[in-house]
Amino acid sequence: MTRRLAALLVRIAVLAGLVATLEICCRTGIIDPLTVIPPSDMVASMIDHVGSGEFNEGIVNTFSTIVLAFVLAIGCGTLAGALIHRSLRLRDVADPLLASYYSVPTFIFYPLLVALLGLGKAPLVVLGVLSAAPAVMISTLSGLDGVSPVLLKLARVQRLSPARTLWWIVLPAALPRLFSGFKLALSYALIGVIAGEFILSGSGLGYAISFAYQSFDNRAMYGLMLFVLLAAVIANGVLYVWEGRLARRRSNG
Amino acid sequence: MSGLALEDALSKHPSRGRIRAFDAAVLTLVLLALWQAIGSWTRGVAVSPPLQTLVYLFDLLRTGMFWDHAAATLTAFLVAFALSALIGLALGLIFGVQRFTGEVAEPILAGFYTIPKVTLYPVVLLIFGLGVSAKIAFGVMHGLVPMTLFTLGAVRSLPPVLIRTARVLRLSPGRTMLWVLMPACLPEIVNGLRISFSLTLLGVLIGEMFSSQRGLGFLLVSGMAQHNVPLSTAVVTVIVVVSIAANTLMLRLRGRTAQRSS
Repeated sequence: MTRRLAALLVRIAVLAGLVATLEICCRTGIIDPLTVIPPSDMVASMIDHVGSGEFNEGIVNTFSTIVLAFVLAIGCGTLAGALIHRSLRLRDVADPLLASYYSVPTFIFYPLLVALLGLGKAPLVVLGVLSAAPAVMISTLSGLDGVSPVLLKLARVQRLSPARTLWWIVLPAALPRLFSGFKLALSYALIGVIAGEFILSGSGLGYAISFAYQSFDNRAMYGLMLFVLLAAVIANGVLYVWEGRLARRRSNG
Repeated sequence: MSGLALEDALSKHPSRGRIRAFDAAVLTLVLLALWQAIGSWTRGVAVSPPLQTLVYLFDLLRTGMFWDHAAATLTAFLVAFALSALIGLALGLIFGVQRFTGEVAEPILAGFYTIPKVTLYPVVLLIFGLGVSAKIAFGVMHGLVPMTLFTLGAVRSLPPVLIRTARVLRLSPGRTMLWVLMPACLPEIVNGLRISFSLTLLGVLIGEMFSSQRGLGFLLVSGMAQHNVPLSTAVVTVIVVVSIAANTLMLRLRGRTAQRSS
């Protein structure tokens, strides 16, 4: 535990040192302010721009799209994973597909999706689901694989109904792996949606950043960038901590 | 990184010969039919149907224009991949051996892996300018971290006896890496290369799609902008085929190295 604490402290020190170095380099002109603005300015700009409310619509837009894609990906992914798990034959077909799925840069489908669905929320949601759902499927499959046969036998001995078996036995046993799939799904949905907005879109945070870049508004660009990255880190961090808590509760019995 | 490991948890299942081949053929047909259906349902405004795309692709492959763009992407990709692989391997080995450094670095790297790096592309452009170096840098940003994490994980899970033996034999750190760590971690290193390959490609392509005048990513976006649907569909097809082929090749290679080292 103390070792972990020491690692944490050193990690914070290293990150703080990097930020401080960047600040000093920017303030002394070693780094051109037209390239990177000092971190303190980034924070100030983030507070200005986000606080002013001019991006409220974009923020709501982006996060609602991400949440929608995330929820759909979890629903579709878990369902598809559970279905495939039931049939060996389907499994044989799906396994090689899933194994090479993430080697294809899903993102290249985005222009096609825009042409297909128009330039709104729909192509972004589809892109988010396309990049996140297979991760959920994979983790559902490996979670269900990991449920030990003894537990299922126990359920049969206790004459649990299928629904109760699922709720009381299968779900808790598969939860850790399912959860790591959800964690991946969140970051994939986030990446997919924001990347989509960034390349080709008319609204949202990704679009706002790309717009600020194209109009040489560095201050706004860095402020918004910091906001998006902070939001991503916090969202991933929450799931990370939650996962750790689940794991600890399990090991305590 | 349980997430990265998830992907390969499914690559081993006993083969069931002929039924499998039949199912694979059926799947291919279903996918082609789906492609055809989307193509004709939208009357070719978004996706051109398979046959038409194939014909267009053959013509495209005979033009010099296509190979210029393909060469631009390939050059940027190869440089970025080589950099990601070498630096990632070195960092992973160092972080794996130096436990404390590894403990400090791993969460930072894992955090970086999950953030949307696209938002950082303007910074890369401001630093490197519009051109091939920005694409390379962006590719490395995507490919370096998984390579490092895979190598780090592999070294960490090695039986400590190997490292102790190296110490007893008084091997220098360089030799320990070359003669002990690398061969022992080879399957995981190949796996890291596989993930790093596809993410580096993703980084390079996103770079080209956002702002570039050359490369397959640019060709794809410009095909869309000019309403040249067969062009964009053909480019997507090429990228999908190449990336799946490369992935399959590396999965096989990993299987072979895993067999040899066990």
